[in-house]
Amino acid sequence: MRVNVTVNGEHRQADNVWEGESLLYVLRERLGLPGSKNACEQGECGSCTVYLDGVPACACLVAAGQTEGREVVTVEGLASGDDLDPVQESFVEQGAVQCGFCTPGLLVAAHDLIERVPDPSDVEIREALAGNLCRCTGYEKILDAVRDAAAKKAVR
Amino acid sequence: MSAPARSPQELHDTIAGGIGESPLRPDGTLKVRGEFAYSSDLWHEDMLWGATLRSPHPHARIVRLDVSRALAQPGVHAVLTHEDVPGENVYGLKYQDTPALAADLVRYQGEPIAILAADHPEIARQALKEIVVEYDVLEPITDPERAAHDDTLKKLHPGGNVVRHQRIVKGDPAATADVVVSGVYEIGMQDQAFLGPESGLAVPAEDGGVDLYLATQWLHVDQCQTAKALGLPLEKVRLTLSGVGGAFGGREDLSMQIHSCMLALRTGRPVKMSYNRLESFFGHVHRHPAKMYYEHGATRDGKLVYVRAKLYFDGGAYASKTPVVVGNGTTLSVGPYDVPNAHIEGWGVYTNNPTCGAMRGLGAVQPTYAYESQMDKLASALDMDPAELRIRNALSEGSTVVTGQVVDFPAPVAELVQRLRDLPLPPEPTGERDIRELPGGASNTTHGEGVVRGVGYGVTIKNISYAEGLDDYSTARVRLEVLGGEAVAMVHTAAAEVGQGLVTLQQQIARTELGLTRVSVHPADTSVGDAGSSSASRQTYVTGGAVRNACRAVAEAVYARLGVPSEGMSLVGGKVVAADGEVVADLAELLGETAIEETREFHHRPTYPLDPETGQGDAHVQYGFSAHRAVVDVDLDLGLVKVVQLDCAQDVGKAMNPDAVVAQIQGGSAQGLGLAVMEEILVEDGKVRNPSFTDYLIPTILDMPPMRVDVLERPDPHAPYGVRGVGEPPTISATPAIANAIRAATGLELPRVPIRPEHITGV
Ligand code: FES
Ligand code: FES
Repeated sequence: MRVNVTVNGEHRQADNVWEGESLLYVLRERLGLPGSKNACEQGECGSCTVYLDGVPACACLVAAGQTEGREVVTVEGLASGDDLDPVQESFVEQGAVQCGFCTPGLLVAAHDLIERVPDPSDVEIREALAGNLCRCTGYEKILDAVRDAAAKKAVR
Repeated sequence: MSAPARSPQELHDTIAGGIGESPLRPDGTLKVRGEFAYSSDLWHEDMLWGATLRSPHPHARIVRLDVSRALAQPGVHAVLTHEDVPGENVYGLKYQDTPALAADLVRYQGEPIAILAADHPEIARQALKEIVVEYDVLEPITDPERAAHDDTLKKLHPGGNVVRHQRIVKGDPAATADVVVSGVYEIGMQDQAFLGPESGLAVPAEDGGVDLYLATQWLHVDQCQTAKALGLPLEKVRLTLSGVGGAFGGREDLSMQIHSCMLALRTGRPVKMSYNRLESFFGHVHRHPAKMYYEHGATRDGKLVYVRAKLYFDGGAYASKTPVVVGNGTTLSVGPYDVPNAHIEGWGVYTNNPTCGAMRGLGAVQPTYAYESQMDKLASALDMDPAELRIRNALSEGSTVVTGQVVDFPAPVAELVQRLRDLPLPPEPTGERDIRELPGGASNTTHGEGVVRGVGYGVTIKNISYAEGLDDYSTARVRLEVLGGEAVAMVHTAAAEVGQGLVTLQQQIARTELGLTRVSVHPADTSVGDAGSSSASRQTYVTGGAVRNACRAVAEAVYARLGVPSEGMSLVGGKVVAADGEVVADLAELLGETAIEETREFHHRPTYPLDPETGQGDAHVQYGFSAHRAVVDVDLDLGLVKVVQLDCAQDVGKAMNPDAVVAQIQGGSAQGLGLAVMEEILVEDGKVRNPSFTDYLIPTILDMPPMRVDVLERPDPHAPYGVRGVGEPPTISATPAIANAIRAATGLELPRVPIRPEHITGV
């Protein structure tokens, strides 16, 4: 099957897509966008989180065919050109990235949180990111990064 | 053939900062942009996908294996079995006992039997079902204690079922004491649960060899084992490290290395293998579960008189790191305490349970949970403050550990405990509480009624680097050259960056030693000498030492080129500077067109094997120490636990990158928390019951409490820059601190971790 989808603002087409393929597979293996990560492919870890029509979703749980005509934003689409999004900047600056495998999914989830709740409390951050597993950081620096990004966005 | 698209990148994000500062990671920007090439992201035009057929039985004899139907499937390019292994069909880190593909016997559920390559991962998965295997299912051996002692059991390997037995005897092993406490402790099977799957891309080369791009912890040891199985000389099997999504010991043993290369060589095409989560749980080794019998004797005023212990480690089907687990487990079995008399015995055994090997805290996690439980039991028998008991018995510089080795470097164990004790406790809860902060959280199971609070301590000692006589070293190549009119350095090692921040550290050392700002890090590969493993908390120590040595050799070469004696000279801000501060030369001018390149090794001071009878010997290079204090709330009705606060004090010798040190401590503590209250691979009759992130739970951001981290710096005079390995200790001491806090809250014995709700409620 052929799938037409807008990814990071660009119209993209994938051919010969097998019915059972996930959006995650199409992004990573057919469209050359490996930023969204394949840590569990079961909807449990959040590493593959992308925006689907503006709402965060686990790309591994979305069948590629379901995305026909829809809009996807991946971690690759958060920065504008050379300018990182504040969330990306803060993750680097606050040391919230170790191996970084969880990072793309966390960035999309954190980006979404700050869009909805510009000044989130710690409990709100914890609730919003509870679906994203990180095995390296112990989360403390991820909290720092989200707080920092929210503050940055507030002044911009 | 060419390199894959999305190859491992050279890292040259130039962020200033030398030793003792906290510059940012050079790979950070790539990672947040989604542009960093992890091993599962690799891609090559024309590549095939590999897949593995695994045994559903923990123990069986293979009576028939027929791959012809699978091979006939459209889109399938090769199906290989043990008969196709070109070299030796056996490998292993310590003992060569693991088949690359099972030939006749299956010894654990998930053991690889056949591999295939196909055009699409789904075709590969479907084709696996077409492989015919007939098994004669056998009764598995699953009880490690029986496997150690019962000679009537069948032997899983020719040498019997004991992988290693080690005895340690210090002082009078039959000593007696006024106050005696004993207990039997068990620890479940923990998983590394790194997020990046086992994956890599093997590309066949024109010379008949193969280039393998992969995630691993030790390139050279993989190269060695893979080449042997492929029947190729070392130089024809070249490995390059791709992005690694966490490791924690789980990437020390081979997973897809031999398989992907076999498929690439057979098909003549690049082959990518990437495990899914289910397969990952079967495809790597786990932490050894253990059963431990402990007896502590003390005087009435709380001085330890003796420790007697028996430790059983379940190694599962193959040896992997079991010999080291027994070595570490026994030599560290009395903890960071001064104990005059001890009698310790440890066994590591083969069973038909999943194979166990390296995981963060290797061999120290299990006994620490047991002896720290004992310390609290002893404190309670003596009616003494548990922190005070630990301080009273703390090891210090000059102490003799249980193996007779003298601690000839700082050992601020008492201070770590004191500092934690002095930190303020979180306020006692009063009035209405935010439901999200109570045990059970937003699931609204309690409003605070039935919730009790407890405080507990955990302290540990962990050996750093490889032990018992291994020549454990690293190699670094440093090139100094002029690029864009500026002197820049390139550091090249084979050391694996697994997330811990080694690439940052390599830059910091080169900047400091060479007085430069611009330093790049070359992708790690086997075209430079061995760096050893990114494990045992050793890379900052040994690869840090090697980079330092190579930089100093480069500096010497600079002075030699200038024709000045190196005495008093230094490199600062791109200049060669004399002792009196006078600038002698500009580095860029001096270098001109001709780069300087030096390769150096770093070997740490020698260690020695243990006496097989008495377990005496200077087995370890260095020890790391850490301590935790945990505060928990427990819902007595439902058995739910909320860790309210987890504080850590650790001595790191020298904080090379203070922010990264704190981050390691936080991350390690989370894994220790996981083992205390949720993480366990459930194995029944040799079969894994929960191989998914749905059922194997690792801590989320809701499970991790706020942490205060207190970092001490007491330099080790024997280590480069005074460093002390950081990565493992915090994982080890967090678990008993939480277990002890739950005991303090509930008054229960709780002799097993992870502590589950039913252990607390008794139903
Ligand atoms: S990869 Fe999609 S949730 Fe884990
Ligand atoms: S940084 Fe490694 S999983 Fe989060």
